[in-house]
Amino acid sequence: MRVLVLAVVAATGAAAAAEIAPGDRRSGYDFAGPESRAMQDDDTANPGMLGVLQGETLWATKAGAAGRSCADCHGDARSMKGVAVRYPAFEPALAQPLDLEGRINWCRREHQGAPPFAGESEDLVALTAFVAYQSRGLPIAVQENAELQPFLDLGKELFHRRQGQLNLSCSQCHDDNWGKRLAGAVIPQAHPTGYPVYRLEWQSLGSLQRRLRNCMIGVRAEPYEYGAPETVALELYLMERAYGMPLETPAVRP
Amino acid sequence: MARVLINLPARAKRGEIIEIKTLIAHPMETGYRLGPTGAAIPRDFINRFLCTYNGEEVFRAALFPAIAANPFITFFTVATESGEIVFSWTDDHGETQTEVRQITVE
Repeated sequence: MRVLVLAVVAATGAAAAAEIAPGDRRSGYDFAGPESRAMQDDDTANPGMLGVLQGETLWATKAGAAGRSCADCHGDARSMKGVAVRYPAFEPALAQPLDLEGRINWCRREHQGAPPFAGESEDLVALTAFVAYQSRGLPIAVQENAELQPFLDLGKELFHRRQGQLNLSCSQCHDDNWGKRLAGAVIPQAHPTGYPVYRLEWQSLGSLQRRLRNCMIGVRAEPYEYGAPETVALELYLMERAYGMPLETPAVRP
Repeated sequence: MARVLINLPARAKRGEIIEIKTLIAHPMETGYRLGPTGAAIPRDFINRFLCTYNGEEVFRAALFPAIAANPFITFFTVATESGEIVFSWTDDHGETQTEVRQITVE
């Protein structure tokens, strides 16, 4: 493991950090094995669909002091088509961007009068998966505007900042060394095209934030809390980096 | 009640071989893992799956702790006549979840 990490660091030292050219961008789907791809392609075999199914129930469940469900305001979930590809989006009342999980919890608090779901709880991930599933196949189209720009810049800076005891940045693996191997696994390009994803290692659906925390623990850095502004900024940068790539939610990843 | 996805053709020709796919949401906890406090997470998994076609058993599986969460079981059977296909999953606590699907054979 140590030899491999050193090899990665050595390889990185030689190559200047460069962003991936649009034509070379590939989804994690392309790096996954044929079995994982087959699971994702078949909705009746994709375990992520169990989460979507749970989310569909939650969509119609009344909650909070207002006694309203998502469906009471938004109607049919098809109204959510094209929403997930725009997130994280700027929330003027908070003067900061919210990712889709953050938006759902904001909605619960503001419009349903219900306690927000705990970070990474099964219900939150399932409802997010159900909303994102409505946008499956649509190109990622995160907004670019002056309000979001500082957070985008922060995300980009965090992506390139060396962190943790291994002193690695996201960019050193995912920009400079994608397609190579880290232990037995191929390093993907880190495009968040299928979140929430069903990750076989987790044996459950999980959010992009959970994935980011995993990576940070991997380089032995202190992970950000769920919903931390840094995590949302990183999510924003990653979505902007994947601009135009189709959404695959719920994707299956090793 | 756990969430279940079952896929089988609604209609089939007599004698046709049909594929049945089942997926059930279940943690399949082995009992060997430790939780955040160091205490063992109690064992909880589905140990038996049974499928009957008009009352006749067509498929049975015994499941053991090496099976991953949300077990996906797929198998084939021959479409003999119209009727009910019943699926049941039994867990360690002896609780059984049963799902029924109809098939029309022409």
